[in-house]
Amino acid sequence: MKNIIAVAGIVIKELYRRKDFYVLFILTVLVCLIMASVNIFNDKQIVRYLKELCLLLIWVSSLVIAITTTARQIPAEREQRTLLPLLAKPLTRTQLIFGKFLGCWLACGLVLLCFYIFFGALAASREHAWPLLNYFQAAFLHWIVLGVVVALALLGSLVFAAPSSNSTICFVIVATILTVGRYLDAVALAQPEPFRSLIYAFYFAVPHLEIPFEMRNLIVHDWPLIGWNFIALDALYLLAYATAFLVAACLVFRRKPVN
Amino acid sequence: MSAILKTEKLRVEFSSREFRQATKVALTGLDLEVQAGEVFGFLGPNGAGKTTTMNVLLGFVPPTSGAAYLFGIDVRQPIARQRIGYLPEMTYYYKFLTAEELLRFYAKIFSLPRAETDKRIDQLLKLVELEHARKRPIKSYSKGMQQRVGLAQALINNPDLLILDEPTSGLDPLGRMKVREIIQRLKNEGKTVFFSSHELGEVETVCDRVAIIHQGDLKAVGRVNEITGQHASLEKAFLDIIGFQTSTTP
Repeated sequence: MKNIIAVAGIVIKELYRRKDFYVLFILTVLVCLIMASVNIFNDKQIVRYLKELCLLLIWVSSLVIAITTTARQIPAEREQRTLLPLLAKPLTRTQLIFGKFLGCWLACGLVLLCFYIFFGALAASREHAWPLLNYFQAAFLHWIVLGVVVALALLGSLVFAAPSSNSTICFVIVATILTVGRYLDAVALAQPEPFRSLIYAFYFAVPHLEIPFEMRNLIVHDWPLIGWNFIALDALYLLAYATAFLVAACLVFRRKPVN
Repeated sequence: MSAILKTEKLRVEFSSREFRQATKVALTGLDLEVQAGEVFGFLGPNGAGKTTTMNVLLGFVPPTSGAAYLFGIDVRQPIARQRIGYLPEMTYYYKFLTAEELLRFYAKIFSLPRAETDKRIDQLLKLVELEHARKRPIKSYSKGMQQRVGLAQALINNPDLLILDEPTSGLDPLGRMKVREIIQRLKNEGKTVFFSSHELGEVETVCDRVAIIHQGDLKAVGRVNEITGQHASLEKAFLDIIGFQTSTTP
């Protein structure tokens, strides 16, 4: 475990010493503050639009950070040849994969913390309320989704040659799941066989990330809290996918030549 | 004396993914033994199989047949790497870390206690003359400094065996001299050093024994003066052994 933590520590250091996070954070802050400073159509409920936009930006930024940070981990180690002295030490390939995963996932957690604190402060400045438990539920499931995305990008970094192609493919997959994943069963119903079975199989095989994504509404429209058992169940469901992707990554990495 | 590093009939083949491409044989039954306390030079032209041999020793490449042992343990077991230090050729260490942070990270992988880590880092940065730059990010280092920080990471666990892959490659004469001095100092401390190099003058200076490999075949092994034999220098002997005909000037 100490080896996994050591590798994770390096990933976290890399994230806060690079500029990616700061650029995205400042952009999000600027867009939200500009939106907050204007009152379009004199609408008293304008704060809902502001919250919706801010949460959408947080989702987009967090996905960008999670995918780009993870996608470059193993390729960079290979390209800079740091993989050689690392694996020449008593560190197994499985420990390296888990360390990279843990580092990226924790780093994403820190990023989310910053984003949600800003969001909470912005919303409180307009609504004078702190629905902390709602924020926690939304942020927690958001973080679990990022775990699935990080594991998927890590697997992709071992399958695809270039980090850019891996990032693009991951973005397309995640965006497709978030936007049309929930409609796949309806699409399947309208298709003749064998497409119906194929689409159904796909619908049940892909990780459904929509529930955490729709948790934004919980905050935007001040809906009541969701049951904690449901949150735990969804988290377990998503973590099962993250584990499956990680196991696949370990199996692929085991067969991969080091240089 | 006991063999710290040993290969037995080591054969490595790389099968090509390309259609109709023949399998490449990188090593053809290599038998090698390095004794404790020796500085052993591993020579050969480019593509001779030096790096492949090191990759097998480090567990990066599985042998097609034969076996390799470090301290009597099969190299396929991670524990075989507990007492070795490895410096790969031309590595660009994590640019966002300082030399001290890099060494601390590698020390954690060896589970060194904190006090021991601090002591080792101080000693190593002094040895490689990077004390003044210990808090500076590695991205600001020159090539020679990067190579020296590489040498420091290879020594973090106070290894009994050092495997160095062309440690002076790409360095200026001053950098080469410093690395050579460090190898000499390690030899005086009783460490075993196994290193590949194209700098035959340097090999002549620091090595106790050398092996010459060509096209995956071990062509010669022995003390430097034995290999040099009737030739004027190790370079001449090397060229003769690998079958290169030097043109004579009128």
